[in-house]
Amino acid sequence: MTGQNIVGIVFSNAYDECLPEITGLRTMGSVPFAGRYRLIDFALSNMVNADIEKVGVITKSNYQSLMDHLGTGKPWDLSRKTEGMFLLPPFSTAEQGSNVDKIASLKGAMGFINRSNEEYVLFADCNTVFNADVREIMNFHTEKAADITILYKHGNSPALHDAMIMEVGEDGRVNKVLFSPAGAEDVNYSLNMILMKKSLLERLMNEAISQNLTDFESDIIQKNVDKLKIYGLEFNDYAVTIDSMASYFKANMSLLEPQNCLNLFNSERPVYTKLKDDMPATYGIGSDVKNSLIANGCIIDGEVENSIIFRGVRIEKGAIVKDSIVMQDTYIAQNAMINCVITDKNVVVTPNKTLSGAENYPVYIGKGIVI
Amino acid sequence: MARKKECIAMLLAGGQGSRLGVLTKNIAKPAVPYGGKYRIIDFPLSNCVNSGINTVGVLTQYQPLELNDYIGNGQAWDLDRIDGGVHMLSPYQQIKGMEWYKGTANAIYQNINFIDRYNPEYVAVLSGDHIYKMDYNKMLDYHKKNNAACTIAMLEVPWEEASRFGLMILNDDNSISEFEEKPKNPRSNKASMGVYIFTWSKLRQYLIDDENNPESSNDFGKDVIPAMHKAGERMFAYLFDGYWKDVGTIDSLWEANLDLLNPKVDLDLSDASWKIYSRTPTTPPQYISATADIQNSMVSEGSRVFGEVDYSILFHDVTVEEGAKVRYSIVMPGAVVKKGAYVEYSIVAEDAVIESGAKVGASPEDYTDRGEWGIAVVGAGVTVGEGACVAPKTMISENISKEGK
Repeated sequence: MTGQNIVGIVFSNAYDECLPEITGLRTMGSVPFAGRYRLIDFALSNMVNADIEKVGVITKSNYQSLMDHLGTGKPWDLSRKTEGMFLLPPFSTAEQGSNVDKIASLKGAMGFINRSNEEYVLFADCNTVFNADVREIMNFHTEKAADITILYKHGNSPALHDAMIMEVGEDGRVNKVLFSPAGAEDVNYSLNMILMKKSLLERLMNEAISQNLTDFESDIIQKNVDKLKIYGLEFNDYAVTIDSMASYFKANMSLLEPQNCLNLFNSERPVYTKLKDDMPATYGIGSDVKNSLIANGCIIDGEVENSIIFRGVRIEKGAIVKDSIVMQDTYIAQNAMINCVITDKNVVVTPNKTLSGAENYPVYIGKGIVI
Repeated sequence: MARKKECIAMLLAGGQGSRLGVLTKNIAKPAVPYGGKYRIIDFPLSNCVNSGINTVGVLTQYQPLELNDYIGNGQAWDLDRIDGGVHMLSPYQQIKGMEWYKGTANAIYQNINFIDRYNPEYVAVLSGDHIYKMDYNKMLDYHKKNNAACTIAMLEVPWEEASRFGLMILNDDNSISEFEEKPKNPRSNKASMGVYIFTWSKLRQYLIDDENNPESSNDFGKDVIPAMHKAGERMFAYLFDGYWKDVGTIDSLWEANLDLLNPKVDLDLSDASWKIYSRTPTTPPQYISATADIQNSMVSEGSRVFGEVDYSILFHDVTVEEGAKVRYSIVMPGAVVKKGAYVEYSIVAEDAVIESGAKVGASPEDYTDRGEWGIAVVGAGVTVGEGACVAPKTMISENISKEGK
């Protein structure tokens, strides 16, 4: 048994289909976010900040970039002699379709979970970004003598086919679970951080497999609302769920609000990521940067406004970057202009080119493309 | 017994750096922050790794806590190795008693056992307090080609500054004919950079002889090198023509930082083929607000800028509030410059707080007598109170308030 008696399980591929372009070459977990992170960093950091010392990362496909990012797990302090981080790729490709649900992914990981000595299992997805104190969830779970505890947020639910919308009683008991694939306003929706006993998970999984059930949310959670003590814990701080390119764009931009940024990146529970040995960002004479997040290694001589600039980006004199997400090692040449654009890694925008998208439909430029 | 290494490095990092005053009150000079995210020792350590030297002994003596903590197991420099890696070597007790490192040569002498474990052919002896990028491997090739006992890296300095350095007078084949230590009337402008490569079997004997000489001050520059020269050993100078800076004084530390903002200075930290490694803290990207104005500056992650920053270096987690001004200054990790405060020509050390309306440093243009002007320094954790003033060329290590000064 290790820290907190919990083994963490992260679904790195869940909801890949929401960002088809960006996840073309990677998992949801390895999607770049907020200037220097990958989405999986938030799930992993939440776990290690609560002293969880054993985390399984379930991968399904496209996980080369994820493996490259995670390495041995060292940046999250998960490279250990006992326990640490475990990558759990599928055993065979036969069982994976393009849209496999969590039950199928979990099936392949049950061996890992069975062998763990920890009493509890904590699930997390990668398309949600928040900084939660997992210890609080554990305390709540114990206090309520709950079978399952689900972290939820009040607001507009994401447009995901299996996003759980929950009716929660005053004592926190979940009375009803609904689905609203198009999203719903002003509801309690699950952040898909779910805590339960390992023994319960094993039982539920056996039942599901024997009845050939496939959907974790409806077949395991929704069906058991009356039979099990399912509780919801409301999360009141900054949290975003990514369900589309537009929401990915918006989620990044929401960090330009200093309060959100301070909330997500607090010194009590740091967000860890793979480190690169970049020099500090350099701002040239005549550069003009306003309301933007800038990572190390950037050299900026042009104009940047309301944007997220990842590590090692170069913005030349006369170039204008507005309302855009510019990923690692992108080069924006002299007098080029981009507006509401997402450039993937290593993109080059040559001199005098202009690219413009809209807030609800940002233009996406694929990895390594030269414009 | 460890596996044999061809060349290992010994890094002299015990210096107090007393001329850096409050900046080295609690840390050794090689641990002083530099360049927005580095510490001085990152340069020689990264040079070692990039030159293929993966066994480094770091000799510490003065305030080693921070340095030990920073280096850790060496992982940040890829120096956590099965064989070799980085070793922190502090003075230790022996049968004959306990001795501090009496001088640079004595520090190496006391660690002969460490070096012998690796049975190296060559030993590089490096200073832990210089900023430069250098391929020691090329220097080693040169040393081998000359079949030298000792090779000293040298740099051509401007003639008017030559009298501040240890100088070498060379023969046509770059072998060393004479040494001059800080002469009044220099006959050469070829200065030693404090980077040596020795053939270990030779050096080992000279160190033992030096230790047995009661007259000796046990210093490389003053004793061991002259002794080798006198004995007629093959000694060569290796010409280095890149950027090199000794950051021994407040002025030179300030200058060396701001050199990074000068495109004419040949010290490119973005060069992927010769990275300078450092231990990087976990901080989010830097936030530059709509009210900020940053010109010709370097800013590190975790910093938040709402005010004006011009020709300055901000380390990680620095806050510059709205209406605050930072010009020609170095602001170290965690420092806060509050609303309306004005910091110029200054070094603000870690976690210092400049309260609103305070004024730190002044421009040299305001002084007709340049002797009165200098860089102002605010020590680590010091609070400069609301409306208080820190005059140029002063160094403060205690909190001050408006009334205090």
